[in-house]
Amino acid sequence: MIGTVHYLALSAVLFSIGAVGAVVRRNVIIIFMSIELMLNAANLAFVAGSNSLGSMNGQSIVFFVMTVAAAEAAVGLAVILALFRNRQTVAADEIALLKW
Amino acid sequence: MDLGNAASLAYHVPELVLAGGSIVVLLLDVFTGMKARLGEVALLIVAFAIFTIGYGASAQQGYLFNRMVALDSFALFFKFLFGFTTLATIWMSTGSRELDGEHPGEYYSILLAGTLGMFYMASATNLLMAYLALEFVSLTSYILSGFLRHRERGAEASLKYLIYGGVASGAMLYGFSLLYALTGTLDYAELGHKLAAVAAVPGNGAILFIAVTLTLVGIGYKIAMVPFHQWSPDVYEGSPLPITAYLAVGSKAAGLALLIRFFYPALSSAVGDGTWTALHGVAWPTLMSVVAMVTMTVGNLTALRQQNVKRLLAYSSIAHAGYMLMGFVVLTDGGLRAILFYSVVYYLMNLGAFAVLLLVVNQTGREDIEAFRGLAWRGGAPVAIAMLIFLFSLAGLPPFAGFIGKAYLFAAVIEQKMWLLALVAALNSVVGLAYYVRIARAMFLDQPVAGDPEIAVDTSNGVLIGMLVAGTLVFGLWWTPVINFADRSVVFFGN
Repeated sequence: MIGTVHYLALSAVLFSIGAVGAVVRRNVIIIFMSIELMLNAANLAFVAGSNSLGSMNGQSIVFFVMTVAAAEAAVGLAVILALFRNRQTVAADEIALLKW
Repeated sequence: MDLGNAASLAYHVPELVLAGGSIVVLLLDVFTGMKARLGEVALLIVAFAIFTIGYGASAQQGYLFNRMVALDSFALFFKFLFGFTTLATIWMSTGSRELDGEHPGEYYSILLAGTLGMFYMASATNLLMAYLALEFVSLTSYILSGFLRHRERGAEASLKYLIYGGVASGAMLYGFSLLYALTGTLDYAELGHKLAAVAAVPGNGAILFIAVTLTLVGIGYKIAMVPFHQWSPDVYEGSPLPITAYLAVGSKAAGLALLIRFFYPALSSAVGDGTWTALHGVAWPTLMSVVAMVTMTVGNLTALRQQNVKRLLAYSSIAHAGYMLMGFVVLTDGGLRAILFYSVVYYLMNLGAFAVLLLVVNQTGREDIEAFRGLAWRGGAPVAIAMLIFLFSLAGLPPFAGFIGKAYLFAAVIEQKMWLLALVAALNSVVGLAYYVRIARAMFLDQPVAGDPEIAVDTSNGVLIGMLVAGTLVFGLWWTPVINFADRSVVFFGN
């Protein structure tokens, strides 16, 4: 029987994959995908909690999070595009004009 | 007072003014030819919004929009602060040469929208609202920090901000989801009641600690707290200067407001004699006092070797976040009052330093300490003296406002007998003095080299600097009204 604990464990795994991906990957687009994965891990935990507690709050918050994620993707891709036009690269280690 | 959606609108006028104003500015940009006047329009809108905050200040306190936001003294205090921050930012933007002709419609519209987001950060009483408000401010800040998108540094700053912000808010949201899974509620007040029972169950302590720490990641990045501070020097350096000032003062205060409301009324309970008890089993006060010490030390030590003044002020603002966190960890109303007082003082002196820097950048096109060389001897004597006042105030020297602000923070810490924290902060103040004096020395003791341009003070910037100097001086000698206002503002509705 698959219970709430399993869903929460899966969301913890997803969150960890996202967090590690955001830190170790070098391509800005991939980093961005990792961030989306972290948000979706949280969504999964919200829905699992909502299901086991019988409260609708957790399910409604997911819609807001999805909207915010879309807005963030819109801004993020615009910024990446502006940077690419300046520098012709999306590799995180080459974007290092500003340091220390 | 606990109002539904329609009834809340009457108590929500400042937010409506800002939201409407943001759209009006955009429409004026598209349909009329008044691009050059949009700054003044935005200034009027913010001034009107501040007026409506004051007008509604006497209203009964309570929950709005079915307990999504609270209308209380604490929120009002920060709304005033954000209003005045935006006022000064717009003022600086109209006099900024780097922003000249750069899509003013979008710029002022997004700036007003960002301020609206800060209002919600200070008043959110629901996890969903807190997340949405934080993302609202973040998304507008990403755009504003990369507003000069043709500059390589602007686009890079924006991207770094976006990646750090995305990861931090993702972590915060995951923390919220754990809190929700533990308690089944998103409401701060209910959360506080239920967490006490949840914390008592053995085995929940670890999950609760992870949830609270992840939440701290999201809020900590907003106030540039170590170890989530790395974005701030890069973003401050790459952004247009008025936006740097806006982020350093407004965004940081908004983060502090969110932090205080989440950790005090929601996660702690008031004992009654002005002190609070933290949630049992989650040792966030200890964790945060270590973080406060590390934050001020890292900020100050790294600032020592900066050549770019914007970057130096960025590290100095990290250090100041550390000082303000001292008032956060003591768990007393006195500590919160000291934070509120300090954020007013910080507003005056930090914006003042940025306003002087704006003047220098406008006329020399440079942001490094060399640009300040002999400032007093090439036509900028009044400005140099103003900068000296701001720097000494930032360093915490009497008789300026910064000294009083620090005195209240130290008093709150010493009252709780946290000697180590007080000692580290005192040592840090000395280190801080060293780099503030470096700029002062460049202005007065170094002679200008041939080719350094004369500095002329224009009326607009001069008036702004004059008002900020007046505030720094007056509140250094007569601070009773501000501390009384801060004292009255440490009131949370529904607790």
